Amino acid sequence: MKNYLQLNINLLYWVLVAPFTGRFFKISPIFRQMVFIGVRATPMVALTAFSIGVTLAMQAAHSLQQLGAEIYVPDLVMVTLLREMGPVLIAVIVIGRSGSAVAAELGTMKVSEEIEALEVMAINPVEYLVVPRFLAMLVMLPALTILGNYVGVFGGWAVCRFALNFNTAGYVLRALQSADTWDLYSGMIKSVVFAWIVITIACNAGLHVEGGAEGVGQATTASVVQALLAMLVMNAVLTGIFFFGA
Amino acid sequence: MNSKGESVIEVVDLVRRFGDRAVINDISFSIHRGETLVIMGGSGCGKSTLLRHIIGSMKPTSGSVKVFGEEITTMNERDIANVRKRFGMLFQSGALLASLTVGENVALPLLQHTDKSIDEIEEIIEQKLKMVGLSGFENLKPAEISGGMKKRVGLARALALDPELLFSDEPTSGLDPIMTAVVDQLTLKLTHGSHMTAVVVTHDMTSAFRIATRMIMLGHGDIIAQGTPDEIRTSSNPEVQQFINGEADGPIPLNLSQDEHEHHRHVKPRPFFAARNRFHHKTQ
Repeated sequence: MKNYLQLNINLLYWVLVAPFTGRFFKISPIFRQMVFIGVRATPMVALTAFSIGVTLAMQAAHSLQQLGAEIYVPDLVMVTLLREMGPVLIAVIVIGRSGSAVAAELGTMKVSEEIEALEVMAINPVEYLVVPRFLAMLVMLPALTILGNYVGVFGGWAVCRFALNFNTAGYVLRALQSADTWDLYSGMIKSVVFAWIVITIACNAGLHVEGGAEGVGQATTASVVQALLAMLVMNAVLTGIFFFGA
Repeated sequence: MNSKGESVIEVVDLVRRFGDRAVINDISFSIHRGETLVIMGGSGCGKSTLLRHIIGSMKPTSGSVKVFGEEITTMNERDIANVRKRFGMLFQSGALLASLTVGENVALPLLQHTDKSIDEIEEIIEQKLKMVGLSGFENLKPAEISGGMKKRVGLARALALDPELLFSDEPTSGLDPIMTAVVDQLTLKLTHGSHMTAVVVTHDMTSAFRIATRMIMLGHGDIIAQGTPDEIRTSSNPEVQQFINGEADGPIPLNLSQDEHEHHRHVKPRPFFAARNRFHHKTQ
């Protein structure tokens, strides 16, 4: 826990303070990480989001049909996706895919003395390794969430169009009417917070690996479990603040 | 040479304890500019721990370590980083960044600490790789080259910033005899030609006697012997003679007991071996 807080403070220093003292972070490694964390995750994110959209629509249809209110299926799909399912499930995918990879990569670097070598070369490991991954994650997780929202709504449309005989225009209008911009923004805020949690937990686990290959494995598992728990708890807290707070 | 008198590293009364056991027990020595100091000693005698104190990555229990005249034991991270920009270190495993190519590894300190243009950096990479006999390997990944090559790339990287001080941890282990000679000659050339100071930790006695201007032998956290290569060669200390001649029998115990070895502190007796011993007793 002490290590984790220290990493966060270090990270804030390198992102917010150091650029004003003439040590601006390098841009190209951030893009490299964005490709790895974000771009390469798009197929998985799209498939997940599509399945969720379809599932939400089917479940909504099942319940709402009994009330004769299938017309509200788009509302339910849209709001659930934007507020909850989008940010949470995309974060789950990114934890499983990129969070674990980051923890394993940094952990392997730690056990093969690469981190120590960086320190001895007077290169700060937080500046050199963590900052690019952090910034890439902070940009890419919300971006993936937006993509996921689109694909999920598309999945909902597929069910409504082909199983419930909605016409396309009706679905789009209904969906747009039901959601307001705050639904989108709240989801975006969530995904930024999740991005922070996921990447700091992964980097912290990786940088503090001890004891060879076994340690790397344990750190990777621990980072996934901790990130999932922290993310889900934070989601409940944020939902409480955003929708039940006032 | 008038700069010979200046000490680059000065270690005074250095003590490091893990719990109540002293891994480094009151060591003092100094290294002057242009010297090559070889640190010898059996595994687990505190060589690496000593090296880590000199480069500032471990803090001593007591005592002082001055590098370039500045006390490194009480420095903050940023000042340590500034001292570190003036020295190069070759790790035992090479410690290359696996995600970068050979060329990028050598370029790393240059990209991070200088404002040189890409053309200049490429020229330096080519020159440094040529020095270690690896011209043309720039675009390979560390995974694609052998252990000895990795070590030589590590040396090229350590020399990238033309350091005043070079630390080498086992620079020649894993190299063939010819490459060992090449690396030794490189060290000699650099210390004679460009006033670089070298601290070399090694087990390779041929190489040690070839490059050293002074030698220190450690054992149980103490300096057992120190002096010029000739003084060490003719030392009357039986431990020194056993070590430099590589004899199995002598005053240095074959197995360190468990509490003597810092890395084995947490290792419990293994049930597998216990079970096997029982099995042997039964069958006898």
